[in-house]
Amino acid sequence: MASPLHRQVANMRKALFDQGFLDEQFVQLEELQDDVNPNFVEEVVTLFYKDSARTMLNIEAALEQRPLDFGKLDACMHTFKGSCSSIGARRMKSECSQFREFCGERNSEGCLKTYQLVKKEHETLRKKLGNYFQMSRQAGPIETACRPK
Amino acid sequence: MVASQGFHVLAVDDSFVDRTVIERLLKISAYRVTTVDSGTRALQLLGLDGQNDAPCYEAMEINMIITDYSMPGMTGYELLKKIKESSTLREIPVVIMSSENVMARIDRCLEEGAEDFLLKPVKLSDVKRLESYLNKGVKEEEEIGVHPVISASMGIENLESVQLS
Repeated sequence: MASPLHRQVANMRKALFDQGFLDEQFVQLEELQDDVNPNFVEEVVTLFYKDSARTMLNIEAALEQRPLDFGKLDACMHTFKGSCSSIGARRMKSECSQFREFCGERNSEGCLKTYQLVKKEHETLRKKLGNYFQMSRQAGPIETACRPK
Repeated sequence: MVASQGFHVLAVDDSFVDRTVIERLLKISAYRVTTVDSGTRALQLLGLDGQNDAPCYEAMEINMIITDYSMPGMTGYELLKKIKESSTLREIPVVIMSSENVMARIDRCLEEGAEDFLLKPVKLSDVKRLESYLNKGVKEEEEIGVHPVISASMGIENLESVQLS
């Protein structure tokens, strides 16, 4: 039986998908949760943010080099993009792809501008998922039912 | 009987996030899992010292290896090659994972002896596919509890455990 809080959580979740923040991979991760591992998605996302903080520092340091080492930037972003993909972070993944395209074109300005977009999406998603997980925990477990897809 | 039950998979990926996800995917599919972050470490666990194919110490028993393609240092392809070049390890099924769908890369890996090539992000349905590769690398273990006399009458000839090292 869905309480108002559960409905709010469901709406938050739906918005994250509708607004393009998350993709199907996030659902895949949700399906790996069970009674024994009910917070797997939150654990992976937390891991992602810890891990990506380091990667982003590396990228930022590399972006300060002149001239830009596009090979190195592309390699860093490849890894970062992979992690975004693994958690279903759709918008971030898209910005990472754009960044890599600019690396390929050796477009410094493109890289610098796009990195700011990556960073913005990174932070936006962190806040949104943070709120979502917090609300989910407050709402408590709903009886095992098919999640609205 | 679930085909995957009890089989030990070695997962190799330099990404912490991806290792966590693949580990969960494999565990949920009833595999035992060991994860490592590099090809070098994988070879150590498999009992190769990386220089030649003589095992240098008691190797971990592995029934299948799943490895990322793009890793710093030793790539998944290089790891695959080393495994297939080893007389002791070449029968272990190897599956490659990659975020990039490059035909030439896929062909190269399959030609080198990889069983399959999974496109990242890896899903549960991908992991389900892996079951079919295990029959190649299956080791007959005492745990299955087949009595030699009974097996002979059932026509199972060779009950001797196949040692990896």
